[in-house]
Amino acid sequence: MSLYMKFMGIHLKGAMQYKISYLLTMLGQFLVSFNVFLGILFMFDRFHEVKSYRFSEVLLCYSIVLFSFSFAEMFMRGFDAFASTIGNGEFDRILLRPRNIILLVVSSKIDFTRFGRMIQAVIILIYGIRKSELVWGPARILTLLLMIAGGVVIFGCLFLVYASICFFTLEGLEFMNILTDGAREYGRYPFDVYGKAVMRFCTYLVPYTLFQYYPFQYLIGRTDRLYYLLYPLIGCLFMIPCLVLWRFGVRHYQSTGS
Amino acid sequence: MKHDKYKDNNLRQYLSFFRMRFIAGLQYRAAALSGISTQFAWGVLGLLLYKAFYETDPNAFPMTFQALASYLWLQQAFLSLFMAWILENEIFQTITSGGIAYELCRPIDLYGMWFVRSMANRLSKAVLRCMPILIFAAFLPSPYGIGLPPDPIAGLGFLLTLVLGFLVVVAFCMLVYISTFFTYSPTGIRMVAISVVEFLSGGVIPLPFLPDKLRWLVELLPFASMQNVPLRVYSGDISGMDILAKAGLQLFWVVALIWLGQSITRVALKRVVVQGG
Repeated sequence: MSLYMKFMGIHLKGAMQYKISYLLTMLGQFLVSFNVFLGILFMFDRFHEVKSYRFSEVLLCYSIVLFSFSFAEMFMRGFDAFASTIGNGEFDRILLRPRNIILLVVSSKIDFTRFGRMIQAVIILIYGIRKSELVWGPARILTLLLMIAGGVVIFGCLFLVYASICFFTLEGLEFMNILTDGAREYGRYPFDVYGKAVMRFCTYLVPYTLFQYYPFQYLIGRTDRLYYLLYPLIGCLFMIPCLVLWRFGVRHYQSTGS
Repeated sequence: MKHDKYKDNNLRQYLSFFRMRFIAGLQYRAAALSGISTQFAWGVLGLLLYKAFYETDPNAFPMTFQALASYLWLQQAFLSLFMAWILENEIFQTITSGGIAYELCRPIDLYGMWFVRSMANRLSKAVLRCMPILIFAAFLPSPYGIGLPPDPIAGLGFLLTLVLGFLVVVAFCMLVYISTFFTYSPTGIRMVAISVVEFLSGGVIPLPFLPDKLRWLVELLPFASMQNVPLRVYSGDISGMDILAKAGLQLFWVVALIWLGQSITRVALKRVVVQGG
């Protein structure tokens, strides 16, 4: 962990060399998710509710998904550039070092511009919580924390899967974006809005609903089933196949030789 | 600059630039396939979301559901014509790395060359991607798929406004490229520009969904002359004389943005500093 902090410090210093560009990029990041926020706002201005979810509820859902995505992204996006890490032989160097491989890949590229999205996620989360008109007892707070933690784990796993696929294809696959960026974009509404087929996909293939839909039902008081708040923990089992795939990929790795 | 001497050759030069870039773009078929499947998923999810809103309150829906479905599918099909985030890294690198010096040695107008180049890049992507998506969307059941335009005028109007909208996008993106001359690091401006365009052009939600108070203002901006017009003309959401009015506004923005871009380029080139090499 201390090693990770050290890597982080180095990246931060590097980014600070270009202050204006850095600030503008943060602003840009901020605007990107602000667009989504405006989109939700204007849609509810017109329709007032969707599938009986109110504005404040969708906002809370969006903020939770956005927060867990941004959190996972900030630490795991090193995998985003993984195709080039393999392509330019950087990965050979990483394999030679006596540390955890995942840690080294992750810390080879830490993108602070994503702080913009992170800050916004925090603001929207606070706004969402305040607007939610819910009574925040210990069970609710625990649910919220578990949802966020579950979301971070699942998004993190998806970034890992993305990188693992690079072992075999040597290039990033655009369709993975639908699982990460797409889930962030469309996960702003609880998944049952999209109908049964999407719900099934998002439960059994990639367990988004386990940290989003089910605990969210408990969070906004639609159900009394307290055990829904433990669903994000079940969702964390998603880690197992992802790590197996990653291991398999590392074992299969053949250097590109350059 | 010796540009003027070579004016008669210009058209041919532009054409060959266009062809080079177009053919290069057609090479990335695997990437296109992967992109198409992503866009299918994106389109379907978007449609399901609007369906949920439609079922909640059909009266609040500002256009027919069929018009919205056509809008969403055309948006996916012609994504590369209209999305501001499709910018060419090579042009940015040319400016920041000093390769610009070579470009300036060529006896051809820089603005025109880059303009044609961006057009070709976007068109080649669109050619690869649009047909599978349109065919898929055509086979979807009635309100969810894409129908034919309601009358021939809508069809012709669509083609006309499509071309004009495309030119507005390219002309706007030229401004983003040119701004690099002044900032050295394009990432920031680029991201801000992209997100502003995204929202104000109807990329996040179609412009009819905006509150009416805001909408009339947004409709006048150059961003509303991009995908907003052709995508709505197609399904008859904009019809009759409105098509001509919108097309006129588009034409105005094409001319204005190109004029602005060229003037800024002239200023920029006077003070361009090539850093080493």
